[in-house]
Amino acid sequence: MSKFTLKVNRRTHTVDVDPTTPLLYVLRNDLDLHGPRFGCGLAQCGACSVLINGAIQRSCVLPMSSVKGEITTLEGLSENGQLHPLQQAWIAEQVPQCGFCQNGQILAAKVLLDKNPHPTDGQIRTALNPTLCRCMTYYRVQAAVKRAAKAIAGASATGEEKEVVA
Amino acid sequence: MSVESVIPRQIEELLSSHRRNFLKSAGLFAVSLATPGVAQTNPPPGPYRDPDFRQLDSWIVIHQDNTATFYVGKTDPGQGTGTSFRQLMADELDIAFNRTACIMGSTDITVNQGGSGGSTALEYDSRPMRRAAAEARRVLLEMASARLGAPVDQLAVHDAVISLQADPSKRVSYGELIAGKRFNVTLTGNNVMSATGLAKVKPVQQLKYTGQSLQRDDIPAKVDGSLKWAGDVKLPGMVHARNVKPPYAGAKLLSVDEASVRGLPGFVRVLSKGNYVAVVFEREEQAIEGARQLKTSWEKPAAAPFPRSEDLFEYMRAAVPTSKSAPVVEGDPDTSFTSAALKVEAEYEIPFQGHTSFSGAVATADPSNGQMTIYSNDMKSYSMRTCVADFLGLHRDRVRVVWMQGAPSFGRSACEDAACEAAWLAKEIARPVRMQWMRDEETAWDTKGPAYLIKMRGALDAQRALTAYEYNARACDYNHTGYNEPDSVLIAHLMGIRRKTPAPGRASMPSDVYAIPHRRMLGEVVGLPLIWETPLRTGNLRDPDGPQVTFASESFIDELALAAKADPLEFRLQLLGASAREDSGFRRARSLAVLQAAAAKFGWEKRVGPKPRGKGQVLTGRGVAYSFRGQSVVAQMAEVEVNRETGHVWAKRMVCAYDCGLVVNPEGLRRVAECGMLHSLSRALHEEVMFDTEKVTSRDWISHPTLRHADVPETIDVLLVNGDPQPDRPDLSPYGGGEATCKPTLAAIANAIFDATGVRLRRVPFRAARVLAALKAAGVDRV
Ligand code: FES
Ligand code: FES
Repeated sequence: MSKFTLKVNRRTHTVDVDPTTPLLYVLRNDLDLHGPRFGCGLAQCGACSVLINGAIQRSCVLPMSSVKGEITTLEGLSENGQLHPLQQAWIAEQVPQCGFCQNGQILAAKVLLDKNPHPTDGQIRTALNPTLCRCMTYYRVQAAVKRAAKAIAGASATGEEKEVVA
Repeated sequence: MSVESVIPRQIEELLSSHRRNFLKSAGLFAVSLATPGVAQTNPPPGPYRDPDFRQLDSWIVIHQDNTATFYVGKTDPGQGTGTSFRQLMADELDIAFNRTACIMGSTDITVNQGGSGGSTALEYDSRPMRRAAAEARRVLLEMASARLGAPVDQLAVHDAVISLQADPSKRVSYGELIAGKRFNVTLTGNNVMSATGLAKVKPVQQLKYTGQSLQRDDIPAKVDGSLKWAGDVKLPGMVHARNVKPPYAGAKLLSVDEASVRGLPGFVRVLSKGNYVAVVFEREEQAIEGARQLKTSWEKPAAAPFPRSEDLFEYMRAAVPTSKSAPVVEGDPDTSFTSAALKVEAEYEIPFQGHTSFSGAVATADPSNGQMTIYSNDMKSYSMRTCVADFLGLHRDRVRVVWMQGAPSFGRSACEDAACEAAWLAKEIARPVRMQWMRDEETAWDTKGPAYLIKMRGALDAQRALTAYEYNARACDYNHTGYNEPDSVLIAHLMGIRRKTPAPGRASMPSDVYAIPHRRMLGEVVGLPLIWETPLRTGNLRDPDGPQVTFASESFIDELALAAKADPLEFRLQLLGASAREDSGFRRARSLAVLQAAAAKFGWEKRVGPKPRGKGQVLTGRGVAYSFRGQSVVAQMAEVEVNRETGHVWAKRMVCAYDCGLVVNPEGLRRVAECGMLHSLSRALHEEVMFDTEKVTSRDWISHPTLRHADVPETIDVLLVNGDPQPDRPDLSPYGGGEATCKPTLAAIANAIFDATGVRLRRVPFRAARVLAALKAAGVDRV
């Protein structure tokens, strides 16, 4: 066992686990986070996705010994009780069926929009393609990404305008 | 960390004893067999008795703040039925939707409506819910009548407030009338489905929330990360278990070397009985490692358990059926075939396809205080309770199942296996146990939808009219696994427990209402050599045999249309002409309505035979298919692109016209329809369980591909159609919405591929390599 200090969703935690332990189990079982979930344990589905320094990582295959950086999970996406525009879009589009995969879908979408705020349909499909859903909510996931992109663009446009006015 | 911290908000009430105490103090449990007065010698069997469906209080509780909680015996695996129940019940009770909540599927506090299955939630199970809500409204009106001193017919109800029609300032709320007290109203009815009070339900025209696209109440917690799932339950002293499955199907366990893992950190126990083996460790990652490292030795079975997946259909052709259904015969097909001017024959093959849930099955079992609580996302929590009780030899009143959300669990999923495993382990080691299946285990060992081999024949007369039709299905479905049977869960198989007689299985028939004068339809079941302890056990998948049967029947209708020199849509419309089978026009009218609605939206181009092939690398075509499931009818049209050089197929556009009666939540239904259709698109394009003569070799998302984002159509239109000959019937019922759209997709895609390429695919799935081989054989692969 070894001690590790993790910064997750703006809070610091210390855990004492075997260095080979995949991050997923520490997040779920030691830190009681339930955004990241077990789907395959093989880096094939995206259920366990987390953001580390803003990059998406599959925590099911990431040993604690190689975790470097600040972790954000689905729970950490909202700030001050305000849902992230992606989460709002997900509700507006009524995306989930069972919902089990949606952690991976939302985080994959976040990374896409952070890099490319105005993705084409083709770019959305390509970016999200590694993230699976067995309830087959893909069509609505794609619609929600477009909706969120619009909302974010709209919000920043208004923001800029305000700045000019001020 | 406290236990409460990981229990979902919405089921806190379940786990506190509050609700059970309410039911108990109210005498709302069904009569137990224990005789009063002899408690010392004959102690009550256990605390978890059945809530009594004949008590109104079992269904509805009105709170002080004029809100209501509905308790229903259903589960919602993600289709939004919980929200729909609230809409229907809020309408009958006359209370604002947003002042209601719905608690579902936990066996000790909700009446037994069987959980989910068969797309019956809204069609059947909502009926007693509506009647209970209507009865509560009636009783509240009587109470208000006494309180306000006016007869009921002079009262008005609006959003849970009752007032005098003549003087609305004289009013009393439901909460003021009843909160904290019990209705104490007994319902009648021989079973839960027929439970009723004196009140009548409203005509559908008076339903206010029903028909609105209200947002689903389970979605916010699924996107903000706050939902706690069945697999998230943590209990004091809980340990983690993993199975060690036989490396070969039908293998016999020779030895388990506990010493190989005893020294690993967190080791708790290795347990085995018969051929069942599991490891238990303190932490989850330790259990995974322990299962990996445990040394076991196995003896291969003397004979191969099954043929290779490549040889499955040869095997099925040669096999001797274990059973045959009585043929369904209309008219005189033999004479028609003898005198036919033209005969058409085709054979279709659909392999085993698995549930392959998004996550491995999971369950947590808590054996505290000599009881057993199971936390599970299985859609049939009620039969799970009985199954676990029987499997462990516990009185069923000592067992309860708390239903929680989880990964998709349509049909007979492996959740049931995981629950019995967790329960057995928990009982053995007397600690709460969390059992989680790994990916390879889920893909290889979950129950499979039966493989089908379907032969079809058609006879046309000299005028090219279809006169006779023959359907002959062979399903590889012997020893079909039922729901929550203590003698057919996988752990029972592996422990050597055997049902007296294997389940016969079934081969289903097409559901169309085409007017074909002469028909014969026959179903046969065949089995694989190994029927016990096999990873190729069959069980109900979403719309259990619909996609297989409809792939054959609706592909063949297109083949017949070609022989009749007719456009496939026109051909269907003609066959649905005046003398259609089965009814006095109800099914026929609705069949026509969905086909016509789909055609109008799609912009169906009439054509006989395949589209003239273009010169490009990508060929396009369109296809149609239609079917019934119960009383729900669906027509689908697809436009596909086929890359003739790679064999890649993309369904670019899909239209689905759907008549499933009264629509409770249109946007919710559209999504369910769309997801069902895409599930079958996945089955059409990707899914096939692969195996060699020792084991299943489909073990992950590489060896068992599924639909992905890139496969999804550019546009999907779901049209909700009311084709009822009396569309404004006050008693219009919802029919099953959950599964019907899974049925026709495989055929619609195959028919579209034929239109694009002129090549008929009769073997599912249409993976690129298979499509390319067929295009090559027909010389279509080159421009
Ligand atoms: S659980 Fe990590 S990618 Fe599937
Ligand atoms: S919503 Fe169920 S797996 Fe995606």
